Amino acid sequence: MKTDSWKVPAGIDDILPPAAEQVEQLRRRLLDLFHGWGYALVIPPLAEFTDSLLAGMGADLEEQTFRLTDAISGKSLGIRADITPQVARIDAHHLHVEGVVRLCYFGSVLKARQDGLASRRNPLQFGAEIYGHGGWESDVEILTLMAAALDAAGVGQSLHIDLGHVGFYRALVASCELSPALEHQLFDALQRKATPEIVGLLGQVEMAAIQREMLQDLCTQYGRSERLAEVRTRYQAAGADAIAALDELEAITRHASRRIPDAEIFVDLSELRGYNYHTGLVFAAYVPGCGRAVAQGGRYDQVGASHGIARPATGFSAELDTLIDLVSAPTDRPRGILAPWTESEALLMRVAELRSQGERVVYRLPGELAPAIQCDRQLSEIDGDWCVEPIVEQG
Amino acid sequence: MTGEITIALSKGRILEQTLPLLAGIGIEPDPDDLSGRKLILGTNRAGVKLVVVRATDVPTYVSYGAADLGVAGKDVLMEHQGEPLYEPLDLNIARCKLMLAGYAHRPLPTRPRIATKYVNSARAYFAQRGSQVEIIKLYGSMELAPIVGLADAIVDLVDTGNTLRANGLVPLEEIAEISARLVVNRAAMKLKHDAVTALVDGFADLVELAR
Repeated sequence: MKTDSWKVPAGIDDILPPAAEQVEQLRRRLLDLFHGWGYALVIPPLAEFTDSLLAGMGADLEEQTFRLTDAISGKSLGIRADITPQVARIDAHHLHVEGVVRLCYFGSVLKARQDGLASRRNPLQFGAEIYGHGGWESDVEILTLMAAALDAAGVGQSLHIDLGHVGFYRALVASCELSPALEHQLFDALQRKATPEIVGLLGQVEMAAIQREMLQDLCTQYGRSERLAEVRTRYQAAGADAIAALDELEAITRHASRRIPDAEIFVDLSELRGYNYHTGLVFAAYVPGCGRAVAQGGRYDQVGASHGIARPATGFSAELDTLIDLVSAPTDRPRGILAPWTESEALLMRVAELRSQGERVVYRLPGELAPAIQCDRQLSEIDGDWCVEPIVEQG
Repeated sequence: MTGEITIALSKGRILEQTLPLLAGIGIEPDPDDLSGRKLILGTNRAGVKLVVVRATDVPTYVSYGAADLGVAGKDVLMEHQGEPLYEPLDLNIARCKLMLAGYAHRPLPTRPRIATKYVNSARAYFAQRGSQVEIIKLYGSMELAPIVGLADAIVDLVDTGNTLRANGLVPLEEIAEISARLVVNRAAMKLKHDAVTALVDGFADLVELAR
């Protein structure tokens, strides 16, 4: 007998009771929430052609995608590491709708590598996307829905949302005419908010004082949303596109704050997560007790183009198992009714009736220990009637 | 949770040189804790604690949020894999250089063996130059490797150069300037924004003054 047959690969887990039950309950709450907001559920496949899975998504996702060869077509198949591009493909190819499409999804993804702090390689991802609307209003709706989803998961208190805008950085860099190599190094340093390194990098090249100042200050353009007014004055010289991005960010911030009054909303102009495919707003949600973002997203207007149809797109995603880790497991005793093993017609009918009312009723098999079944009540025969009564704890 | 701040420091040079900076922004560790063998030091500031860990562990403590801030050498940060930390400030302390060192009059073979503790930095350095090398990971006493024929050269931190000289080695090339950086956990920068920014700004003023 093989003794290590129980082993699972690094970062790949089973979800066991009672967490699995919690995960499923939350999944139902989330899908109900999305349904209530008018988002239609799609269930994309686990694997598809690598080319379409990665179209327009950039190198990060490529590194994260497991590949295998399709025995039928001989082409490379990828196991999805992110469901968002699949949903974008569905919107572009199957739905043929000109107007606005709202979609939501839920499913397992598989990551080729352990991703920083995310120790799981097979998280349960869920999310919601809006296609066909290019205005900031759809970004506000997605942010509000994300906050509602985190609330449904029980982690909505002390929510912190960081907003950035990829378009602002793109416009700023374009106006400064940096070389691609320098831009790459600058981008890397910005992700670490490493101001001393940025000063050093910019010191190597000739540029106008105003441009140098705007780039050097980028990391410190971070704080409560009121800062945006100050940023706008400071970056007046960054060009019309950059200012337009700031105006958009300002509108999103103002309306999102009204719709999510309890969240703390910050702007961070050096946060460029998903820079490869995002085109406008980018955001991430943080909650106490978790060292990384619990949900994230943004606008990605060009991904559809790689599927032949450029459609404006915005959305968010999160990992269900991460959210479950953050809420404590229910401590109250599970509710349930213990029934004796029986041949009695009356009891069989009584049990069926209770179950149809939504009760959990467990027949105790001969020899089975009652406490293991975890019930708080039991069925007892009193004067020929089967009655539900509390289980009295013994000694 | 909201007001509590934990700062990770490493034993030795970084701890010695960070304490005056901390004192400069009004944080002094409990003298009893400091002289003892405790690994968590209380301070005169309510809600601020120091944890003393191994230098290479500082980025790990900070990236998981077990510490909100930390002081780590750039050498350690360059080796750190995974989600990058915020590095808002060069504290300008514990300065030294990451260098390639070897024998003065012995040219390196075409595929030299390089002994180092800094595997990622060494690999990146040689890859950038287009040289093929064999990297040998060691945990200490790097200078011994060329002497006993384990390696042709070493990549190591050089401060005064005394250890190199004592073992007949010389610095060959500078790979990077190293100094200690203030690092910040991504989530702490957001969730404890006011407390963290106040500390970062306090340190920044001190560093500016010392220049």
